[in-house]
Amino acid sequence: MTRGLTALAAAALLAGCATTGTGARDPRDPFEPVNRAVFEFNEVADRTVFRPVAEVYAKVLPEPIRTGVTSFFGNLNDAWTAANNLLQGKLGDSINDFGRVFVNSTFGLGGILDWATPMGMEKHNEDFGQTLGVWGVPSGPYVVIPIFGPSSVRDTAGFVVDIYAYPLFWILRWADPVHRVSWRNIATGVGFVNARANNLAATDLLEQAALDRYSYVRSAFFQRRQNQIFDGAPFVAPASSRDSFRRTLAADDEWDAPGLPGRAFAGLPVVDALPVAAGTGTPDASMAESQPQAAIVQ
Amino acid sequence: MRRLLALFALLVAPLAVADITPPDVLVKTVSTEVLDIIRKDPEIQRGSTRKTMALVEAKVLPHFDFQRMTALAMGPSWRKASPEQQAQLVDQFRTLLVRTYSSALVAYRDQKLDFKPLRMQNDSEAVVKSEIVQPGQQPVPIDYSMEKSGESWKVYDVAVGGVSLVTTYRDTFNAEVKQGGVDGLIKSLSDKNRQLEASAR
Repeated sequence: MTRGLTALAAAALLAGCATTGTGARDPRDPFEPVNRAVFEFNEVADRTVFRPVAEVYAKVLPEPIRTGVTSFFGNLNDAWTAANNLLQGKLGDSINDFGRVFVNSTFGLGGILDWATPMGMEKHNEDFGQTLGVWGVPSGPYVVIPIFGPSSVRDTAGFVVDIYAYPLFWILRWADPVHRVSWRNIATGVGFVNARANNLAATDLLEQAALDRYSYVRSAFFQRRQNQIFDGAPFVAPASSRDSFRRTLAADDEWDAPGLPGRAFAGLPVVDALPVAAGTGTPDASMAESQPQAAIVQ
Repeated sequence: MRRLLALFALLVAPLAVADITPPDVLVKTVSTEVLDIIRKDPEIQRGSTRKTMALVEAKVLPHFDFQRMTALAMGPSWRKASPEQQAQLVDQFRTLLVRTYSSALVAYRDQKLDFKPLRMQNDSEAVVKSEIVQPGQQPVPIDYSMEKSGESWKVYDVAVGGVSLVTTYRDTFNAEVKQGGVDGLIKSLSDKNRQLEASAR
């Protein structure tokens, strides 16, 4: 098994190297060759192992049971989300999330039923990477983590804290200290397969939509994280930086962008742009350099 | 009676035309109508992509501004393209998006859609916000960026969970243009469409 995986990794590395070296470099992704190799590895691992397992899982288990599994893990996530919302200073959301955990852990039979949502307590997803983002920590370069996929330097650090803080692992440590490692492995496995099964339709779409899955996923990742950190509030760059961005474009290419609204630039990962890239003269970098604080305050 | 109705229709019709459908009403009406058809059509249920695509072409397509979407996805490279190249780009990008959108509709047909109150940016700009509601999971927001062009509102970007369709393509498009020029991008798009067409049912 190990040797198989090593061979797989080596093949992926070679494939990754073969497809890079040309084209435009994204300033957010200085480790692109390595990231592409890991991405290829993840795709192979998904195609050969996780996806088939998730498909069988989705086929064998009836919908209500899968919803129960999703809700069970969701309830555990809610507890950590509540803590993160507290750390981010969103007291109202935090109370809502603790309320969810209370309702679903008791009336929801340990979380397998989600009574809180129909009661009007909306589900949120917060992790420590988002908390760091709210605190003003820039995302840093793009990182593709083996098996787990797209991340950034900041979010990888957040991910480590997430794993350490994960409520289930603490419960297991307390409930069954002797077998806690086996329990942990089982829970991680089921959680992973369940999550993958929930994503099957989405990854099919991705496969269809993307010309180059790697850059498509990377762009989507930065936008999604940006959106999560600002909780969906539309981020519009301050007028001054937007103008300078337009000037940059105009100087670069004499592009007059007829009728282009400011909104079109809102999707650009301004805050998440690399500090490393500052000074390279790319629009993203110059914007990030001039306005990171204002962006965070919004 | 029938004559009376005809007279009534004649009188009211011009009024109805002059009244522009508000963007949120437009999105809601079209989504509801299309999803209703998808949920009922036996051929679509059996997985006919072509049938779904025909439906999307007829019902959804007229409300999208593909020219603008393509220009936004291209960014500065749009100006490098000749009018013929631009026409080809719009055509290929439209085909790709129609296919993806059709698959998305079929895949998520049983999800519940909620619409949020409309927020107008100004007289001719609006973002229509909706959500896919799924049990036990955080709702997935779907935002339609719309612009009033002439007598109707048209969609020029769709963001799912904060991920804008146009922005997501921009990175790839830029890389493709840098590598193989505008023609390289046209080729990649048409290759992709051909490959999807070949595997479609």
